[in-house]
Amino acid sequence: MTDFIEPHKKSEIDINAVSFDEVKQPGPASFVDQAKGFWVTFSTMFKKNQTVQYPDVKAPTAPRFHGRHQLNRHPDGLEKCIGCELCAWACPADAIFVEGGNNTPGNQLSPGERHGAVYQINYLRCIFCGLCVEACPTRALTMTNEYELADDKREKLIFEKEDLLAPLRQGMLAPPHPMYPGMTDTNYYNGDVKESHPSQNGQG
Amino acid sequence: MTTAELLGADPGWLIAVKGLLVFIICVICTLMAVWAERRVLAKMQLRTGPNRVGKFGLLQSLADGVKLALKEDIIPAAADKIVFIIAPIIATSMCFMAFAVIPMTGVVNLFGHKTALQLTDLPVGVLYILAVTSIGVYGVVLAGWSSGSTYPLLGGLRSSAQVISYEVAMGLSLVAVFIYAGSMSTSDIVASQHQHIWNAVVLFPSFVIYVISMVGETNRAPFDLAEAEGELVGGFHTEYSSLKFALFFLAEYVNIIAVSALATTLFLGGYHALPGLGFTETWLGGWFTLIWFFIKVIAFFFIFMWLRATLPRLRYDQFMKFGWKVLIPSSLLWILIVATLRVLQQQGAPRTTVLAFAAGVVVIVMSISSLMDRTKQKARRPLPDGAAPNFPIPSLPDAKSINVSGGK
Repeated sequence: MTDFIEPHKKSEIDINAVSFDEVKQPGPASFVDQAKGFWVTFSTMFKKNQTVQYPDVKAPTAPRFHGRHQLNRHPDGLEKCIGCELCAWACPADAIFVEGGNNTPGNQLSPGERHGAVYQINYLRCIFCGLCVEACPTRALTMTNEYELADDKREKLIFEKEDLLAPLRQGMLAPPHPMYPGMTDTNYYNGDVKESHPSQNGQG
Repeated sequence: MTTAELLGADPGWLIAVKGLLVFIICVICTLMAVWAERRVLAKMQLRTGPNRVGKFGLLQSLADGVKLALKEDIIPAAADKIVFIIAPIIATSMCFMAFAVIPMTGVVNLFGHKTALQLTDLPVGVLYILAVTSIGVYGVVLAGWSSGSTYPLLGGLRSSAQVISYEVAMGLSLVAVFIYAGSMSTSDIVASQHQHIWNAVVLFPSFVIYVISMVGETNRAPFDLAEAEGELVGGFHTEYSSLKFALFFLAEYVNIIAVSALATTLFLGGYHALPGLGFTETWLGGWFTLIWFFIKVIAFFFIFMWLRATLPRLRYDQFMKFGWKVLIPSSLLWILIVATLRVLQQQGAPRTTVLAFAAGVVVIVMSISSLMDRTKQKARRPLPDGAAPNFPIPSLPDAKSINVSGGK
């Protein structure tokens, strides 16, 4: 036995003699049904259109929209980022670069021993997946709803730490400053620090 | 005094002014048409459309035109340079020329002269339009061929095949108009409709065939398969850029306006007002007829937009089949009927004879169409029970199959 299949002559093949199960074909609809499409487009002209006049009108995003990142602060103003680089490791697009630094008594940027000395996010690479936010052990990194991230220079789209840091709110002191008296980094982590202490100000 | 005599009395400078006017009207119509199309299409798709350049975005197409003109003009290395440059010029100039014989107003006063807004009146005006638009096809063919690239070549061939096929149907649909009006001159056809009734009513089948074939002729949706983006990139103008592309763009829209104007002239009574509103024709010293003319042209243009928003694109073979096997035979048959009726009428045959003839035609057409349905059913009859098909089918557990093993 071979795999050779004898070619059929064209005359032997009766194309019309194919066994088939009769399936009800929809076929062309009635003329009125076909004309209904015209009514759809015509009536749509008089409906309210869905366009958002974007630069003039900015529609709010969904509450959990993945926008620009933000480096958060503890309530006393110290940075939450400890420079662990987990976000950079989690990033599938290799958009994050972190370099940790030691906290010294004169340069305490975050609670505990380490802070993020260099923190860069490259928005040319970022895919806004949010894996960095999931990876962050201190909730330092979250995402905002800001989506206007276009610029005319590639360099401008590499955001530095200063660009990403959350603004200082009421009661926050600009780091570097000492930790809250009597509090450890664990207390900070647990949310025991509610505001800044007068003594953290340097003068107090 | 006929329009031809009226136009014959025009001094040379007035002809030049009218030529300029026709050109300006075409260009402004194109700009407005592009804008209107984008806005209306957007509205039909729940969008807004261009609304930022000028009031309501009216200057959008002007801005686009300026942008196009300032773009880099690329001539591909493989292109035949001379033909590549000539092609868009042919396409565009022929479209404008078609407009020369369209009567846009009745008798008006233009710079102190009694005349009509129509560049010239040829005794074979409609034939001239057909001829000129056919030459326009050369632009398309040459553009596709001279680009030195595959997609434009295929697109050019498709476009030209399409335009030529549908021009046959279009020409045939016009024959009925000629028979009825007894003239090929555009102004005479308008005048004859003014005396009787719009051709769109009397010659309704011709009107339908013309409207379908004018969409096919201008390569517009749903017959825009020559520029099917998914298959052919941009069609014949794929390799064109800058002003040369703008010329093709202009040609397409002038062409649309020209066929709409021709449809208005031949079927919708031209520049004359709607029946019953004839008193408006004397307003503005007769210039109000221009408004009537453009209302009708815009109505046709709206149909173009509406079709584009509603219908999906046809497949090429379906499109050709429709043109050659449906439109052309049916218009031939219709011409036969119109001609016979006309002859019967002119020879003073009694009304009963005319009616009997018409009834006979209807019976014949209906019997032919029902016979065709029956042959279709015959071809689809399934195999008798137990009979095996005599060509190999893939082996399936419960399907009859024939043994294909063996051989040498």
